[in-house]
Amino acid sequence: MLSVSENFPEYAVPGAKQVRFEPYADNGGSIVAIAGDDYAVIGADTRLSTGFSIYTREQKKLFKLSEGTVLGATGCWCDTLTLTRLLQARMQMYEHEHNKSMSTPAVAQMLSTMLYYKRFFPYYVSNILAGLDAEGKGCVYSYDPIGHCERSNYRAGGSAGAQLQPLLDNQIGLKNMQNVTVAPIPREKALALLKDVFISAAERDIYTGDSIYILIITANGIQEEKFELRKD
Amino acid sequence: MSILAYNGGAVVAMRGQDCVAIATDKRFGIQAQTVSTNFPKVYRMGPTLFVGLPGLATDTQTVHQRLKFRMNLYELKENRVMRPKTFSAMLSNMLYEKRFGPYFIEPVIAGLDPYDNQPYVCNMDLIGCPNEPEDFVVSGTCSEQLYGMCEALWEPNLKPDELFETISQALVNAADRDAISGWGAVVYIIEKDKITEKHVKTRMD
Repeated sequence: MLSVSENFPEYAVPGAKQVRFEPYADNGGSIVAIAGDDYAVIGADTRLSTGFSIYTREQKKLFKLSEGTVLGATGCWCDTLTLTRLLQARMQMYEHEHNKSMSTPAVAQMLSTMLYYKRFFPYYVSNILAGLDAEGKGCVYSYDPIGHCERSNYRAGGSAGAQLQPLLDNQIGLKNMQNVTVAPIPREKALALLKDVFISAAERDIYTGDSIYILIITANGIQEEKFELRKD
Repeated sequence: MSILAYNGGAVVAMRGQDCVAIATDKRFGIQAQTVSTNFPKVYRMGPTLFVGLPGLATDTQTVHQRLKFRMNLYELKENRVMRPKTFSAMLSNMLYEKRFGPYFIEPVIAGLDPYDNQPYVCNMDLIGCPNEPEDFVVSGTCSEQLYGMCEALWEPNLKPDELFETISQALVNAADRDAISGWGAVVYIIEKDKITEKHVKTRMD
């Protein structure tokens, strides 16, 4: 205990001491998801960091929730872990109750509800959900931390989201392009583009790098792939 | 909100083979409200020298006027045009003079050296710390988006027409993901004995 008479620094003022609780950490990381006609690819970098230091270079941030659904989550890693564990539990409950696994749009809706349930103490997580919908088409859902949900064909999120998204707009959404025909992109092109945008992001974002962990979701199951990025 | 993002705007410059390009958006707004769609932030300071001053619009104009004044004095005194590198040093000094009450602009300089025709690009922070890379420089409220676009699209030794396409796509797609940049764009392609000014149409929302 500090007493005013002994060992109390000359420059300090005796009085109330404030102790702050900071419940959130920013552990960085980026996700990109692209949906095609009969597939969806989702990739996330494998760097887990805080400030200028790296916890690990091989942290997978993609969660296989079912045979046709994958969730990518970055932000506050402890919130990611809690949220995904809760999601997995809720999906298991659904399976027991209805005797079938949840469809991707159903998971998407449930995730939105679960995020909004914590409206005033949110999970600090940037979520992107990719998978196949009930018709077998690829779909991507993106979220803000409090449950706003939007379905699209491509999305970038996480710490390098701002750097990745305009390039996807240009190359996949064909924004600001003239004399082009809108055609569904083949899986190989989506995969190549995903790697390209991550290489660019790793150049400028210190929270993105080391490698990308990619999952390719098709009707035949989920395929895994790894791609090395710069490690500095 | 940051004073640097009060009016919005974006500028980017790129090096090519024996040419440089600099591009700016045309928006002038007050926070989210667009006031004018004809406010380019790039000025011609010499035969092959351009400067972009995105940031607080009042400082954009003030710094431009002071630069023009200093340029005129230099040219009268020395009886020759200023090199881009000299111009950068002058601007850097001007900004650092106001170290503790700065102009809220982050300048971009692009030009060809009038003596050896070397391409030159440079950007600075608001107190004049210069950066002279080999490839491209970005500045403004959508700099993150611009970095993403430029990092993917830029390659060495682009010809003038390729450079125009690259810088235009980079600026337009980046500005489309920023609510306070865009509303038209101007691109300048600077070659040894030709300056091309092109006005690019963009989405107006």
